[in-house]
Amino acid sequence: MAFENLTEKLSRIFKKLRGQARLTESNMDEMLKEIRVALLEADVNYKVVKEFINNVKEKAIGQEVYTKLNPSQMITKIVHDELEELLGGGENEIKYQANKPTVILLVGLQGSGKTTTAGKLAYLMKNKLHKKVLLAAGDIYRPAAIDQLEQIAKSIDVPLFKKGTNVSPVEISKQAKELAFNDHYDVLIIDTAGRIAIDEALMEELNQIKKEVEPDEILLLVDAMSGQDAVNVAKAFNDLLSLTGVIISKLDGDARGGSALSIRHMTGVPIKFSGVGEKVSDLDIFHADRMADRILGMGDVMTLVEKVQEEVDEKEAKKAANKMMSGKFGLDDMLAQMKQVQKLGSLGGLLKLIPGIPKISPEQQAIAEKEMRNFEIIINSMTYEERQNPSIFQYSRKIRVANGCGKQVSDVNRVLKKYDQMKDMMKQMEQYKKSGRMPPGMPPGFGGMR
Amino acid sequence: MGLISFLKEKFSKKKDNDVESYSEGMSKSRQNFSNKLNALSKKYKKVNQDYFEELEEILIESDVGVNLTLNVIDELLEESRDKKISDAHELNELLIDHLFSGYISKGESLTDLRFVDNGPTVLLVVGVNGVGKTTTIAKLAYRYLNQGKSVLLVAADTFRAGASEQLKIWGDRLNIDVVTGPYNSDPSSVAYDGLTKAKKDNIDLVIVDVSGRLHNKQYLMDELSKLKRVINKCITGAPHETFLIIDATTGQNGVVQAKAFAEVSDLTGVVITKMDGTSKGGIILAIREELGIPVRFIGLGEKMTDLKEFDLESYIYGLCVGDNNGEN
Repeated sequence: MAFENLTEKLSRIFKKLRGQARLTESNMDEMLKEIRVALLEADVNYKVVKEFINNVKEKAIGQEVYTKLNPSQMITKIVHDELEELLGGGENEIKYQANKPTVILLVGLQGSGKTTTAGKLAYLMKNKLHKKVLLAAGDIYRPAAIDQLEQIAKSIDVPLFKKGTNVSPVEISKQAKELAFNDHYDVLIIDTAGRIAIDEALMEELNQIKKEVEPDEILLLVDAMSGQDAVNVAKAFNDLLSLTGVIISKLDGDARGGSALSIRHMTGVPIKFSGVGEKVSDLDIFHADRMADRILGMGDVMTLVEKVQEEVDEKEAKKAANKMMSGKFGLDDMLAQMKQVQKLGSLGGLLKLIPGIPKISPEQQAIAEKEMRNFEIIINSMTYEERQNPSIFQYSRKIRVANGCGKQVSDVNRVLKKYDQMKDMMKQMEQYKKSGRMPPGMPPGFGGMR
Repeated sequence: MGLISFLKEKFSKKKDNDVESYSEGMSKSRQNFSNKLNALSKKYKKVNQDYFEELEEILIESDVGVNLTLNVIDELLEESRDKKISDAHELNELLIDHLFSGYISKGESLTDLRFVDNGPTVLLVVGVNGVGKTTTIAKLAYRYLNQGKSVLLVAADTFRAGASEQLKIWGDRLNIDVVTGPYNSDPSSVAYDGLTKAKKDNIDLVIVDVSGRLHNKQYLMDELSKLKRVINKCITGAPHETFLIIDATTGQNGVVQAKAFAEVSDLTGVVITKMDGTSKGGIILAIREELGIPVRFIGLGEKMTDLKEFDLESYIYGLCVGDNNGEN
């Protein structure tokens, strides 16, 4: 069930209403119904959705939505703001202790990503915040859990406190804290075994750890793919341990992650981080506004912009832009530009962040990426002169290049055609520049994409 | 009215171990659902709009999904009008009928592993991260060892830290061989080694563990289809079975996962894990509805013995009737 973009759905409903001058209560009901389905499909808890829709309804009526020019936009905005408000708020930063180690306890269901996140947190605190971090292996139950943490700890060069599987997690945590204190660590992160919230013995074990080490932070890991029950799980953990925060894991998947909203709403515990990939650096501070976009299926423009800013080499980009404007744009420059885009990660991941084009299939993404690679191979087989000045290409040159890289002449032609298209576009841009208007939306570096 | 009494009769007679541990393991998830249904029929002697609204809540909160829930409720509404049913109890039975026949009508309902006549039977186990693939593999190995089969495990998860160690520990406990490869090596080459060994050693069942992967990562899905091709080159017709592991806590994304994995790997079954928690695992009904893939096994805990063949009757009986409904 491919999720249709909510904004698309709403505008479709609104199209049906075209000709009717005003939005009536029943018209709004239809929109709210769509919003309700979207939220439920995003795994927002049923009860939360009910309350939420009522709130939105009240707000919408209060704001005289009927007189607005585009009520569907109005409602979407109200929904978005409401979501953002619900998701955000609360103390969502880690408070570090000044003179003693800050102790962080990670808890959650099996497979929610505690061990991986322990590594990511340690990496973040060590490399970005320059803290002295100690990891503690408190999962003595799952086979090889300690091995896993050990390998992660080694890869990020953070010491690991472990006592094997015959010492109780309570004792391990206690000793780890002593060591952290004596050796002046800034942060101690304790990994624990996954457990279901109704396993009384294991839940009591967590309680004991809490009493013994008095953690400054108790963070619950929640899988972004969780369904309706996530809120009950969070409640159970919160009732027993008084959580200080939630980390949403596996947000690099395509689940909408509505459970984040439910948990925030039903427990009041703030969401502090989100896991966005398998690398140790893939942990983000939680952004309520982006999560609101995601739950509504509206794309994540901010993340895209940030990602572009982070990865794109500004100097390179400026150089390319100048060349473009001065008309000295060669194939090398085109390739450099395409590579900038490639650096942003898979195109697929990027495209998902752009609102309005959610329907590109994995095959199409793969084709686009493959094309980029082919372009590189072909361009690399050209002489310097050819790359600087592609207009000198005649048939014999094309055959030579095609043979040189094991491609067809038609492939070479495709590269040249793309180059011509980009040049045309540049001319247009120049005209736009002269006339002082903005060119129609085309993010820089997307020339290689169809 | 048909099914419910049939189920009760069946289960009052059939009280073997399987059903008991099934009930035990699922008691938590079941209680919620059945208690609610019970309360529902007590609350509403006669069916009205509120009844359906609450029924909708119960189904959606079991992760059955919006589409399926709305469809089932529409059908129920229609049928109750046609047959002039206004008694809440009768309607509950009708609901169970619908869930039951809905599942049955979507395809074959096999559970136990199908073994090939000659040579090793190859089972490939896939899923997103953290659903319990490795644990499920250990449980499956245990099950078929007990049935007298020879089993070989192949740790083609060369990516996640500690993954092959985890499988090796299970292999030691089960006293069977585990074929592993170096960290970060090509999973296909590990699979190749594993299958070559299996052929040489005349193994009955080879279970291949791959790293968890999010279904929206194309390069990982490509890796999976390559793995499949390599397996097929080693042993024609293999993998004979490909199981998708789904965590019972999974929400609506479960259907998207199943679709994506089905595209690259011809899924022959679903195993639902962590059914000993409070989640109801309703997503398996949605997956069945959309894709027709049968649920083969159900994971009920962390022990090797905590794996049962999926039994639709028990599942729905457990979900909808429960222990404390005896007076009906």
